[in-house]
Amino acid sequence: MSLAIDAPAAAGPGTDRRVQARRLTVVLAALLAGMSVFSLAWGASGTSLWGALGDLAAGRELSRLDRIILFDIRLPRLVLGVLVGAALAVSGALLQGLFRNPLADPAIVGVSAGAGLAAMAAIVLGTALPAAVQQAAGSYLVSIAAFFGSWIAILVLYRISTRGGRTSVATMLLAGIAISALANAGTGMITFMADDSQLRDLTFWNMGSLAGATWAKVFAAAPVIWLALLAAPFLARGLNGLALGEAAAGHTGIPVQRVKNTAILTVAAATGAAVAVSGGIGFVGIVVPHLLRLATGPDHHSLLPNAGLLGASLLLAADMISRVAVAPAELPIGIITAVLGAPFFLWILLRRFGSMGI
Amino acid sequence: MQAYDIRVTLGRRAILKGVDFEARPGEVTAIAGPNGSGKTTLLRAMTGEVPFSGRVLLNGHDTAAMKPWQLAAIRAVQPQSAAIAFPFTVLEIVRLGLRAGLAAADSDLPLRALAQVDLAGFAHRFYQDLSGGEQQRVQLARVMVQVWEPVRDGVPRWLILDEPVASLDIGHQFTVMDLARSYAARGGGVVAVMHDLNLTAMFADRITLVHAGRVAADGVPAEVLTHDTLAQVYGCPVPVNRVPPAGVPYLLPQARAV
Ligand SMILES: Nc1ncnc2c1ncn2[C@@H]1O[C@H](COP(=O)(O)OP(=O)(O)OP(=O)(O)O)[C@@H](O)[C@H]1O
Ligand SMILES: [Mg+2]
Repeated sequence: MSLAIDAPAAAGPGTDRRVQARRLTVVLAALLAGMSVFSLAWGASGTSLWGALGDLAAGRELSRLDRIILFDIRLPRLVLGVLVGAALAVSGALLQGLFRNPLADPAIVGVSAGAGLAAMAAIVLGTALPAAVQQAAGSYLVSIAAFFGSWIAILVLYRISTRGGRTSVATMLLAGIAISALANAGTGMITFMADDSQLRDLTFWNMGSLAGATWAKVFAAAPVIWLALLAAPFLARGLNGLALGEAAAGHTGIPVQRVKNTAILTVAAATGAAVAVSGGIGFVGIVVPHLLRLATGPDHHSLLPNAGLLGASLLLAADMISRVAVAPAELPIGIITAVLGAPFFLWILLRRFGSMGI
Repeated sequence: MQAYDIRVTLGRRAILKGVDFEARPGEVTAIAGPNGSGKTTLLRAMTGEVPFSGRVLLNGHDTAAMKPWQLAAIRAVQPQSAAIAFPFTVLEIVRLGLRAGLAAADSDLPLRALAQVDLAGFAHRFYQDLSGGEQQRVQLARVMVQVWEPVRDGVPRWLILDEPVASLDIGHQFTVMDLARSYAARGGGVVAVMHDLNLTAMFADRITLVHAGRVAADGVPAEVLTHDTLAQVYGCPVPVNRVPPAGVPYLLPQARAV
């Protein structure tokens, strides 16, 4: 594969990429901390984090406005951005390991579309459910629906594109197009059935946005995404083994079927929860793991945690761009990630195409 | 390692029609036979990669009842060809074997295994950039690391190799076959699919000759590699001679009767 060409400098004789990857983890954690502070400090209103901190240090009460802006607007948005960015990047890395190629991304292969369709269906048709069910599911109804939507999409995708343990990249991409088209048709139908207030809720799915961040959304997504992020590292050994091929992975003692099922469930949970609260934000899952593989190699032990950290930072950066690009209005963040990510995707595709076909 | 009455049907074709096979620890057992005779299929059945009927015993235990990690601890399998997803380095590939065989994660086994297959200095190169023969030796290093000690806790371990010398030059054919011999000499079991009958005669203790999904002959090389058997199985009569001291048979393709 041509992807290796850039990297020899990073893996010259005598260097161990495991050490580099651990160093990178520290750097990325620092980057995320910096980005978080930056994103708290920065916004359309005049509220300044430093001013507020100064007030607190001096023992003064914060003004009501400052408090609302910092704690009820910027902080939930920050937390949501971190969760969603990490979820999407880790989902991308897991999907790529599962399908054994670097072009799998939840948004490109229709997994996000499946989650979006199910989430919209829950919003619009959820009111028709028996009251008891609504009561029990509560604010999680949309997240739960999104989980099942993405789960079904991945299962279908995997069935179609993987035969006898081998994935055809072309089939995977084409099947992804078909699944997206089908889900989008369903989405269109539901939009048609929605009333005006629901319509407002729905519009942001088409673009993907963090603008509606509230603590309620954070609490709906956080447990699921945390669970998925915690589960991901346990798949590292299995996914490394899968790179050898399914049969060879089995011979090294990996319970292949269990690894695959767990990976699929984890991606479904992370993507579902992310899509439920932020819509279809694309390309994070492809850009982040790819850059990390170029830097420190494809070992999933470091790739997965580093992807979570870099994905979170990247989404915070994109969110800041979305807030200032057309200020005082806001650009949906999905547009930013697509503008940056789509050419990147094409670049990977062309390089693979040049060297080995799809 | 024993296999009884192995039958494999792929699609609607019967590929293996009742094969019995035995390999003993301390020996190199070769599986030979024409293209398409079912050698790879036999290995894949015995390693559980394809559905089959029959029984496979490894150190006396039925493999069907063993977990992947239990099998991985006593048996490593080298595939006939191996493309790898993602740009892993040679060392990273060999380390995958290390984790499988329950050896200490930070030992220097991978580097020693690479040196044994004559790839010292290749550790940090990208697997995908290597030549076919080099990739094959990396895979051998990986499976050797997985079952490094031929005997562990008194239990013999197994190397299962599908055409381990297929794309190697003559020097490295010897390197690899010497490794297989030494593994067997130290008490481990080696099962290898082979095409080069001269090399097989030199290095194998026993040969199982497969023909059209059945065992055509098995035994020590001198019994199996006879003019009549080869003529019948390969359809080309080649004279078989013997090198004086050990009586190892050798074939002289130039003397083929046309
Ligand atoms: N998946 C499959 N479906 C149908 N037939 C198959 C399949 N795999 C192998 N075969 C057939 O089974 C027969 C035996 O194949 P196998 O790969 O075992 O041969 P082999 O002895 O290893 O040959 P070679 O020397 O070329 O490696 C061949 O005729 C092959 O066409
Ligand atoms: Mg074969």
